[in-house]
Amino acid sequence: MKMHTYDTVIVGAGGAGMRAAIEATGRSRTAVLTKLYPTRSHTGAAQGGMAAALANVEEDNWEWHTFDTVKGGDYLVDQDAAEILAKEAIDAVLDLEKMGLPFNRTPEGTIDQRRFGGHSRNHGEAPVRRSCYAADRTGHMILQTLYQNCVKQGVEFFNEFYVLDQLLTEVDGVRMSAGVVAYELATGEIHVFRAKSVVYASGGTGKFFKVTSNAHTLTGDGQAACYRRGLPLEDMEFFQFHPTGIWRMGILLTEGARGEGGILRNKDGERFMEKYAPVMKDLASRDVVSRSIYTEIREGRGCGPEGDHVYLDLTHLPPEQLDAKLPDITEFARTYLGIEPYTDPIPIQPTAHYAMGGIPTNVEGEVLADNLTVVPGLYAAGEVACVSVHGANRLGTNSLLDINVFGRRAGIAAAEYAARHELVELPENPGESVAAQVERLLSATGSERVSEIRRELQETMDANVMVFRTEQTIKTAVAKIAELRERYLHVSVQDKGKRFNTDLLEAIELGNLLDLAEVMAVSALARKESRGGHYREDFPNRDDAHFMRHTMAYREVGDDGAQTVRLDYKPVVQTRYQPMERTY
Amino acid sequence: MATPTMDKVEAEASASPYITVTFRIRRFNPEVSAEASWEDFRLEIDPKERVLDGLHKIKWELDGTLTFRRSCAHGICGSDAMRINGKNRLACKTLIKDIGPEKPITVEPIKGLAVHKDLIVDMEPFFQSYREVMPFLVTSGNEPTRERLQSAKDRERFDDTTKCILCAACTSSCPVFWNDGQYFGPAAIVNAHRFIFDSRDEAGDQRLEILGGQDGVWRCRTTFNCTDACPRGIEVTKAIQEVKRALITRRF
Repeated sequence: MKMHTYDTVIVGAGGAGMRAAIEATGRSRTAVLTKLYPTRSHTGAAQGGMAAALANVEEDNWEWHTFDTVKGGDYLVDQDAAEILAKEAIDAVLDLEKMGLPFNRTPEGTIDQRRFGGHSRNHGEAPVRRSCYAADRTGHMILQTLYQNCVKQGVEFFNEFYVLDQLLTEVDGVRMSAGVVAYELATGEIHVFRAKSVVYASGGTGKFFKVTSNAHTLTGDGQAACYRRGLPLEDMEFFQFHPTGIWRMGILLTEGARGEGGILRNKDGERFMEKYAPVMKDLASRDVVSRSIYTEIREGRGCGPEGDHVYLDLTHLPPEQLDAKLPDITEFARTYLGIEPYTDPIPIQPTAHYAMGGIPTNVEGEVLADNLTVVPGLYAAGEVACVSVHGANRLGTNSLLDINVFGRRAGIAAAEYAARHELVELPENPGESVAAQVERLLSATGSERVSEIRRELQETMDANVMVFRTEQTIKTAVAKIAELRERYLHVSVQDKGKRFNTDLLEAIELGNLLDLAEVMAVSALARKESRGGHYREDFPNRDDAHFMRHTMAYREVGDDGAQTVRLDYKPVVQTRYQPMERTY
Repeated sequence: MATPTMDKVEAEASASPYITVTFRIRRFNPEVSAEASWEDFRLEIDPKERVLDGLHKIKWELDGTLTFRRSCAHGICGSDAMRINGKNRLACKTLIKDIGPEKPITVEPIKGLAVHKDLIVDMEPFFQSYREVMPFLVTSGNEPTRERLQSAKDRERFDDTTKCILCAACTSSCPVFWNDGQYFGPAAIVNAHRFIFDSRDEAGDQRLEILGGQDGVWRCRTTFNCTDACPRGIEVTKAIQEVKRALITRRF
């Protein structure tokens, strides 16, 4: 076991982690632990853009952006946080440009902007051009630009280090962050990183779904590490299903395709979004569009022999426009479907895309131990966190924004905390829990297979807690997850070695997915209303009287060792916007 | 809206698609043996699936010790560059039907970097070369309040080289790199190009100084392997030529 000591440790090297690292490195001795090489992070898969009311191409302001974010989140958004997001968006984009990000440009040479779902002029009047973009590679450019600036600043990375445990030490009755425990892929060695502050920026958890835009590596490791140590997870029932994933594969096709004029059509060629969202049409918010697609499919207007998808039609757009603005997604259609988007429509279906919920934080990025108390020295930002700026449904282009605004804030706050505080004592035998977990899996001889349990988990999640949910389907999922958790105790791995044992790590990641799937399903079962990405057919309306509140899920371990999910609730911060009916 | 092509695609998709394919994989695990060896795996698979899907099928159903890197599975993270039927490709962007599945599909680690285990190589020398070319924007003077202006034409000038995902497919396809690990290699030059030709940048001369040295662009023998290998379609050899030209003319 190796010991390291730093001021600040950042877990994850996607957009939020590297944005935090750029701030923290100059202010404190910082290490970034990442299970992938930084440029492999899934921020690079984001396509369409980053929202900011620059008003470079038409009138816009941050207040309209705040309103759209609150409305897009079906009023579950904490409005103080949304206001910070929209206000700081402008500098966040300008900072990236100054770091070198190659945005598309207007004829005047300023950053170009385009339309995106749910972003509107003057509180819903019409779509507005707010998304700052670099073709359909905005996430790639952000990831590369942030990595370039990490190189420039000499940020210290520990690549292929898997953080598997969060260390907390109780000091005068307060749980404080003492550091993290990581597993080194290359050697199988366990490392304890003692640090004054820790920032989680380890991304999402989409791999518990089968049809997903998420990378294989998005297994909720940060959420699981905190949850297992008794910290809550907020609003985990809210998961976004992006309307346009490649049929059956789930690969993302940006909403920017519709921002550029692309149209969704059913098997009759009908532009069906006109029925569901008369003003915003194909650019309604993602939850609305995904439900509309599935409504078409369920009512027999889906395409193909099985009627299980609809079309994204770009054929009326000039090829030059597709080449300039949407080069990557048109190439995906050619590579994976053998389709030429100039002339043929692309078969699509909704794809599990983004966790609105996560580790609860305040607007400084400080992690909450309950509704009011922060965990001193512990921070989170990006998809792993829940601030909550996305509420019940995130608007497109607000996640690239979130990682930059709150990644920066968390990096500054964590480094400043480290400057003002001493190291906390480590718990006794800090690496013990991870060592035991690894040892147990390596020596296990059970007959259950990781890949089989993961496949069954993904299938039950797709079937039961996706776009449409009922008490019955969620209960089916809860029961299945319980069965899979039991079977997980009997998994074994074939690779018993220490060197690059990805077999072992897939087993550990599955354990994380199972824990988080349970939290999601249990949280969804209790929310007897429909709001944003959480749609209950048995409770089709939003119920502000009972459910205008955030879910807070805690892991409880009984005297007999049995684990359950305990739910509590937290008030929503409302400042200037009263909840209204949500139409597009 | 044209539908006939779609009907054809869907009809194909609904027929039973499976074929038997042999994957011939270069295995190496120093915990087990100091020697690398070939191992064959036979599987039933839809030829429209990716080589990465085949590797997953082997790992998940046949042999959990098979080791490779992967993440996004659609060609943007750059984790899974490997040598497939003798050519560098991303496993997640290569469909089985496109590479002659009637014969065994060979899968090896990319060349010129030390192999750690199976298809995993040591990426550190590759990233070291990248870091040495100053792969970041350098400017002087006070920062403007708003964004720096750049014309659409100036932005277009370096567009091709902004697409790089640092997968190492180009560098590890280069015969000069295989024979001499000191050469910066195509990927590092591509990333220098991305800044040399960015109208906002002021460190072009410094980067040219670095790339004009004995391990720099003059080692390139213009074999075009790098251009062929690039999964992002970057004209890598052309970018290297443009850097060479800039070194001579000092105009960029």
